[in-house]
Parts: sequence; structure tokens; C-alpha cells
Amino acid sequence: MAMTADEIAAMIRAGIPGAEVEITDLAGDGNHYAARVVSETFRGVSRVRQHQAVYAALGGHMGDTLHALQLTTAVPD
Amino acid sequence: MDDAMTDDGMARISSLLAGNDVLLFMKGTPLFPQCGFSSRAVAILERVGVPYESVDVLQDQGIRQGIKTYSDWPTIPQLYVKGEFVGGSDIMLEMYESGELAQLMVDKGVAAG
Repeated sequence: MAMTADEIAAMIRAGIPGAEVEITDLAGDGNHYAARVVSETFRGVSRVRQHQAVYAALGGHMGDTLHALQLTTAVPD
Repeated sequence: MDDAMTDDGMARISSLLAGNDVLLFMKGTPLFPQCGFSSRAVAILERVGVPYESVDVLQDQGIRQGIKTYSDWPTIPQLYVKGEFVGGSDIMLEMYESGELAQLMVDKGVAAG
């Protein structure tokens, strides 16, 4: 079962409160997404840990129902 | 061997990581990648020009599941340098574009020439 962009964004926002989340449906097929997540909580945290925080917010979906999510993380300017 | 590493897949992962300075766990092979993200990871390593080995997780379910637990990372590909998890293809791309990946290879003493 595929996930919608809104579902993905909602899960990330719930897991990382205050995060700015932008989802792009890359192929228009509801299956290949890009996500950009900006959060103050990422400051001073390694990229691997930033991505792990997003994956944790997505529960078990990443790598399962959600195969293709291109992820970019950043701290607010 | 660590007691926690009794599982066969985990044992193979440990020995692969110990034996290869730059190791990419991927779907398929560098010549025939079976997934866009793995294909991108291979392209990045080719551009960096560093000697590397790859493991096709599609040929080994123990490794395919084990490597996700090992790094607490839910997706393939995964890049390791000197046994240390560097990231998946998104992080590889960011680090390649910023020059950090090439620098990491130099710092770890695995860069070619």
C-alpha cells in the first residue's frame, strides 16, 4: 500500500515537532517522493542521525511501504 | 566474536566490513544495479575514483536484513568506509557535491593515488 504525500508529511511532523516538511511527488505515481525536512533539532547532529530521526518518525514504513524517498535534511538558516 | 554477532548474517557482515576498506551494500552489481538508488551510489563512487567492493544484498537475505539492523538504517544502498557507516545514497550525494566524500577517503587513507 502506497502512502500519500500528506501522510508522509504528517508522520514526520508528528515525530519531529516544529519541523518544516516539504514533500515532492517525483514521478506523480504516489510512490517516488522527495522530502526536505528542516528542524532546529538537527543542529549539531550528524547527517546520519538527522536521517535516522526522520526514518524513526516514519515508523516501519521506510524501506517497506515507502520504498523511494529521497531525503534532504537541514537546520533553519 | 561478539556474543551478539552469533547470527550468521551478522557474522558475514562483520567479516565483510573487516576485510574491505570501502564497501557498498547494494541491490545488484555495479555493472547491473537493480535499483535507482544503488545505481546512483555506484556512480558517485566511480566519480570519486576510489577502489571499492560491493555486496549484492539480493543474493543474501541474511545480509539484506542484517545490514539494516547493523546500522539502524532501513534502506539499501549503504556505504561503509573502514567499517564505519557513512550513509545511504542521499547522504553520499550531498557529501560528494560538497567535496566531503573525497575528503573522507583521503582522511581514512583509502583514496586512490
